[in-house]
Amino acid sequence: MGFEIEQPCVELSKVAVSETHGEDSPYFAGWKAYDENPYDELTNSSGVIQMGLAENQVSFDLLEKYLEENSEASTWGKGAPGFRENALFQDYHGLKTFRTAMASFMEQIRGGRAKFFPDRVVLTAGATAANELLTFILANPGDALLVPTPYYPGFDRDLRWRTGVNIVPIHCDSSNNFQITPQALEAAYQAAEAKNTKVRAVLITNPSNPLGATIQRSVLENLLDFVTRKNIHLVSDEIYSGSVFSSSEFVSVAEILEARNYKNAERVHIVYSLSKDLGLPGFRVGTIYSYNDKVVTTARRMSSFTLISSQTQHLLASMLSDKKFTENYIETNRERLRKRYNMIIEGLKSVGIECLKGNAGLFCWMNMSPLLEKKTREGELELWNAIVHEVRLNISPGSSCHCSEPGWFRVCFANMSEETLEVALERIRSFMERIKKE
Amino acid sequence: MRLLSTKATCNSHGQDSSYFLGWQEYEKNPYDEVHNPKGIIQMGLAENQLSFDLLESWLEKNPDVAGFKRDGKSIFRELGLFQDYHGLPSFKKALVDFMAEIRGNKVTFDPNHIVLTAGATSANETLMFCLAEQGEAFLLPTPYYPGFDRDLKWRTGAEIVPIQCRSSNNFQITEPALREAYEEARKRNLRVKGVLVTNPSNPLGTTMSRSELNLLVDFIKEKNNMHLISDEIYSGTVFSSPGFVSVMEILKERNDVADEVWDRVHVVYSLSKDLGLPGFRVGAIYSENDTVVAAATKMSSFGLVSSQTQYLLSAMLGDKKFRRNYTAENQRRLKRRHRMLVSGLQKAGISCLESNAGLFCWVDMRHLLHSNTFEAEMELWKKIVYKVGLNISPGSSCHCTEPGWFRVCFANMSEDTLGLAMKRFKAFVAESTCTQRTSPLFSNKRKSLTKWVFRLSSRDHHREQEER
Repeated sequence: MGFEIEQPCVELSKVAVSETHGEDSPYFAGWKAYDENPYDELTNSSGVIQMGLAENQVSFDLLEKYLEENSEASTWGKGAPGFRENALFQDYHGLKTFRTAMASFMEQIRGGRAKFFPDRVVLTAGATAANELLTFILANPGDALLVPTPYYPGFDRDLRWRTGVNIVPIHCDSSNNFQITPQALEAAYQAAEAKNTKVRAVLITNPSNPLGATIQRSVLENLLDFVTRKNIHLVSDEIYSGSVFSSSEFVSVAEILEARNYKNAERVHIVYSLSKDLGLPGFRVGTIYSYNDKVVTTARRMSSFTLISSQTQHLLASMLSDKKFTENYIETNRERLRKRYNMIIEGLKSVGIECLKGNAGLFCWMNMSPLLEKKTREGELELWNAIVHEVRLNISPGSSCHCSEPGWFRVCFANMSEETLEVALERIRSFMERIKKE
Repeated sequence: MRLLSTKATCNSHGQDSSYFLGWQEYEKNPYDEVHNPKGIIQMGLAENQLSFDLLESWLEKNPDVAGFKRDGKSIFRELGLFQDYHGLPSFKKALVDFMAEIRGNKVTFDPNHIVLTAGATSANETLMFCLAEQGEAFLLPTPYYPGFDRDLKWRTGAEIVPIQCRSSNNFQITEPALREAYEEARKRNLRVKGVLVTNPSNPLGTTMSRSELNLLVDFIKEKNNMHLISDEIYSGTVFSSPGFVSVMEILKERNDVADEVWDRVHVVYSLSKDLGLPGFRVGAIYSENDTVVAAATKMSSFGLVSSQTQYLLSAMLGDKKFRRNYTAENQRRLKRRHRMLVSGLQKAGISCLESNAGLFCWVDMRHLLHSNTFEAEMELWKKIVYKVGLNISPGSSCHCTEPGWFRVCFANMSEDTLGLAMKRFKAFVAESTCTQRTSPLFSNKRKSLTKWVFRLSSRDHHREQEER
């Protein structure tokens, strides 16, 4: 959705006119192509299929069933007796029942391997707000956060735009499945120091977007040691924690802290949201879970700028306190995502395209580097252009995620029907056959 | 404790101010008709609780809407996925229609120029981020809403410089005051980026006059690169003459259609006061400036309105009959309550600033101060909170230049509770007057009261900062 920003006649702030919101990047051309010609099974079967949107549409029926059976969650009951209390409730502590339900949901996702206290849960309007808020709290303008590449493109806006904070990349590559190495960590830290930039935190996404893979326990242990040594913070964005295909494969930093008896825990903060696991990005439900009392207090106060609608808190408090519902949801959702993942992996494999071995998320990390004419960013963008306009699939090029190796692409699989996924795979098949001939 | 940012460790969140301390006292000992009849009555909360029955009856007549249904079909999936920062078109249309009606349809708003945010708190901060930064300031007429100190300054780094208003002309903005504020900013090496007013005013409860509004537009026209933000969050609560005049109406009247000043005037709105829905987090920025709209829209990603709530309100506010009836009835009820408070205070020998809007009165208790100082105001305030059992807001928390003024809310409680509050006021004033007359005992009694009050003040500093 790119558009021109006029030159302002009257002066606005530097933040307002800066490009750090990132929306003028070339990658929005893919969105544009989709918006102008969106695929529809019946009415536009040759349109562009959206595979650049990390949405979870595979489990709505479970939510809809819950709502049907529990209408008071959305309607406050007959004669709306709870309505006025709910409508007035703007306490930034959030609805206690909702905070408690969130904490328990987070515990369930981690198979009970970590405990979450409701009083440490801070509510924000989405993880977008949570990440920005934490950045305001942990860093001053001009400071830096270390973020492993490839990373979610939105971070460039969320962590940097209004905060004035910098991102220094921790370069990861395919030689070890893009895992964070101690050398890469140290190199990033040194790179920041060399620019006279104060490093305030390491921010990881676990499971990773765009890799679609969980971070190994040993890497997390090493990260904790690193941030302790350097006396900085660790932010773990666990927004995809519920979409790990097999529960036992996900290790949250929370588990490691518990195993260490919470030593040095006050430098660790976890971000979560219901946008991916529950497929409800429209409801704007994010949280910060911090082991640091001062951060919890400050984050609560700052959350005044980004509170969750009490109407929505009420609905979700009901839904997430229903343990039978949540257990079934988590298990079923995982299973369906795993099935989708296998479908796309097999489909790609059958035409000779390899993906990173993934175990989570709503996307796979596809390796098309063998197809590149030039193993450069330009080469990648050329291939991407062909895929968007000829194959008509909007996928995300690795360069938009700051990947240091050209040729990797993020391909989403959970935001469409199985039939549409088949169509997409078929189009890739034809494309690969054409290439082989040439 | 790990190192945090300057923003995290500074005091700009404002929660150590007296405004919040009164809150804490109330929470420790809240009035309840049955369970705690001697408790503190909350009169510091500008909430509108008078018209919920109207909303509830609409919900009962339209059960499908809250149940995510449209024309009998479930749109839960669609809403659950909808996170477009341009907002739900049907909601924006209903909102601008509502806003136009509040202004007697003398102005219209283009839904494409509305930016939705999670409350006016978010809207004001977002506008600040767009218009000002460190080293720059906005001028605000005093007294003003205490929350502005946090909302406009905390994370943006911008400054507020007060335009001092005085009771001698009912706290209206004058040209000399405006210029003085501008000079003050310059002396502090701050670049003035604009003026922000709340119209109708919080805490005054008055609508701004045409001449004040024209003065402001003249002022920003004279100084290039200055903006005018008009927070019209209370626009729907105007219950008597002279009626509400929006800055947008003024611009239209001036026939400056092609004038670039349109690019520098921005309106903030919210449903927290008019509809009494602060929990739903519905705020909006309106601007004719495309660049501001574009930037603010992107920034709204950090505080979007829940799609569930947008849908509910698109149906409610889209119901023309409902919204007209609601607005009229709500204003009627506010007028009645206002009269009740004003006459109740009058019986206690206390007068209020003449007002025609809002959920509160600006009460003149200067004659109850033992000296014309803010210390005396604080003493009086503490007496009223602890002894009389009424949490009201002292003028100093609103940056008022004159001691002795208090904001007293009237729409967040039942009529009975308001009646009780009036009785307590009357008793308190009678007692104070009595005390004053018996002069030999007076000075001793005053000394012990003063000691008691000072003991309370020292307790404040050591008390745990509780959350609001």
